[in-house]
Amino acid sequence: MVRVDGSDVDGSLIRVRNLDKTYRRGSEEIHVLQGLNLDVGAGEFVAFMGPSGSGKTTLLNLLGGLDTPSAGSIRVGEDTVTAMSGRRLTGWRARHVGFVFQMYNLIPVLTAFQNVELPLLLTNLSRAERRRHVETALSLMGLSDRMKHYPRQLSGGQEQRVAIARAIVADPTFLLCDEPTGDLDRKSADEILGLISALVSEHGKTVLMVTHDPRAAEWANVILHLEKGALVDSPQGNAGS
Amino acid sequence: MAIPLSYNVRSVVARWTAALVAVLGIAGTVGVFVAMLSMARGFQATLAASGSPRNAIVRRAGAAAELGSVVDLDQVKVIGDALQVARTAEGAPLISGEVVVIAPFPLKSTGTDANVQVRGVSPSVLQVRPQVKIVEGRFFHSGLTELVVGSNAEKIYGGLGLGVPVAFGGQTWKVVGIFDAGGSAFDSELWCDARVLNQTYKRPENIFQSATVRLTSSAAFTDFKDALTSDPRLTVQVDRESAYYAKQSQTVTTLIRVLGFLVALVMGIGAVFGALNTMYSAVAARSREIATLRALGFGSASVVTSFVAESLFIALAGGVLGCLVVLPINGYTTGTMNWQTFSHLAFAFKVTPGLLGAGMAFALLMGLVGGLLPALRAARLPVASALREL
Repeated sequence: MVRVDGSDVDGSLIRVRNLDKTYRRGSEEIHVLQGLNLDVGAGEFVAFMGPSGSGKTTLLNLLGGLDTPSAGSIRVGEDTVTAMSGRRLTGWRARHVGFVFQMYNLIPVLTAFQNVELPLLLTNLSRAERRRHVETALSLMGLSDRMKHYPRQLSGGQEQRVAIARAIVADPTFLLCDEPTGDLDRKSADEILGLISALVSEHGKTVLMVTHDPRAAEWANVILHLEKGALVDSPQGNAGS
Repeated sequence: MAIPLSYNVRSVVARWTAALVAVLGIAGTVGVFVAMLSMARGFQATLAASGSPRNAIVRRAGAAAELGSVVDLDQVKVIGDALQVARTAEGAPLISGEVVVIAPFPLKSTGTDANVQVRGVSPSVLQVRPQVKIVEGRFFHSGLTELVVGSNAEKIYGGLGLGVPVAFGGQTWKVVGIFDAGGSAFDSELWCDARVLNQTYKRPENIFQSATVRLTSSAAFTDFKDALTSDPRLTVQVDRESAYYAKQSQTVTTLIRVLGFLVALVMGIGAVFGALNTMYSAVAARSREIATLRALGFGSASVVTSFVAESLFIALAGGVLGCLVVLPINGYTTGTMNWQTFSHLAFAFKVTPGLLGAGMAFALLMGLVGGLLPALRAARLPVASALREL
């Protein structure tokens, strides 16, 4: 279930209401998001599309608690994200959000294993449990034989798979993917999108993805467009389903 | 749990050229800091080793040092009669009436003259100061113009070898022995018969500048002092020999320490700027990594701790390097003026574990100061924008 009209519906995992985000550049105010509404049910794969500067990444940052809105509210499950202090927000991110970035954002001096282990260092898991979780995540990404490799020793596609493993290893409530295939060739991009799609279809993950690539967006269940600071249904999308 | 330390250690190694500037700055500062303090410690130890707690030195009341003191022979006899003075098997008191003069001798290192303290002593001086041993040749014979030379004096002044004729005070003397006084100030001195020295310098024979006695025990000092200071025949001041020499070291030790701290402070400020520069560069170069860690859920406190730890790691490397560089000077003998006696005093640098510990603590302090501000900047990075930095 994905809706953008702001009407109250049951069963929303993510509920965004009247979200505004305004930047100030000198004396000029730039309204990036204006009165944006969104409801996303668990297990959905939503793609956000729109021209550069339309606010796609801003929306993702707000949903992930990396930025604060100028107005409006975001609820995820029972948590009102927009009412949280910075410290609580940090803890909430660790428990509920998995990030996948365009440039992978792996720590270059840590191995694939250590990169994936990072989110687990914020949990109470023992070293053995952490190892088991990391091995499972990397194995799911087909990287069991690359655990001791450093990012520089991996291809772009492999780096992004490590990043996805890192995003899912702590079993977050939802994944936020910011142009996850923007830096990859078509073949690698399709592999990555296939893996993300499998996380949704086989493991019930909720994924919200920003992309400017229509072919990437086609992997999603729902495609939403950002226009004039608000979300609109894609003609070919399944919003409202 | 905090950001793993391996992240910081590996980041430093990966950007070792940037870290090297800070490491060398801190190493240099720690090296100078420890070297200066080891000089002060060596000077202090040399003078402290000169005195025995079982010996007492008696001078005229009010005389800060031997040079300004007079004790005549009658007083020496009264002092020797005190019950607390140890005696030989034959019953003779263990007392050495002593005179000191300053004579110029050339330093081997530069060829320039240095003031050397020549001490006229009594024949029983080796029993009064049993730590002093003749290591070459023999002790001087009473009444002859013979010298025994301290082991450091023989090393650092020219023309003081065994058997060599030495001219000073209008006399020609012969070096008949070398003595070892355990690295104390006496090792920088020349010893001869006090009466002969008085004759040479045309002083009255029955006048001394101090009298050093061996006490029956260390605990007898208070009674000895009380006995002498209450005796109407004497106007003297009595000090434990160890305290007298320790006090002599204060002026120069304090001077070296103050200078050491000042130099270290100035260098330390420079080193802190080096560390600041390195750490600010690290933060700037790793903005995206820091933002990623913050996005993953590591709090600002974790980031601060992580970057301070990284700065401390750099400081630790600098501290260890500085200590290693300065270690070889341990035992290196040099000399300076003792402002109490106006004579040249040879002493060895003493690099002690305590000083190395102080050097490491200083290094870590520089690391902490140099790392804190960059760490705070790292923690305050705007996560959303830093995530997209290239």
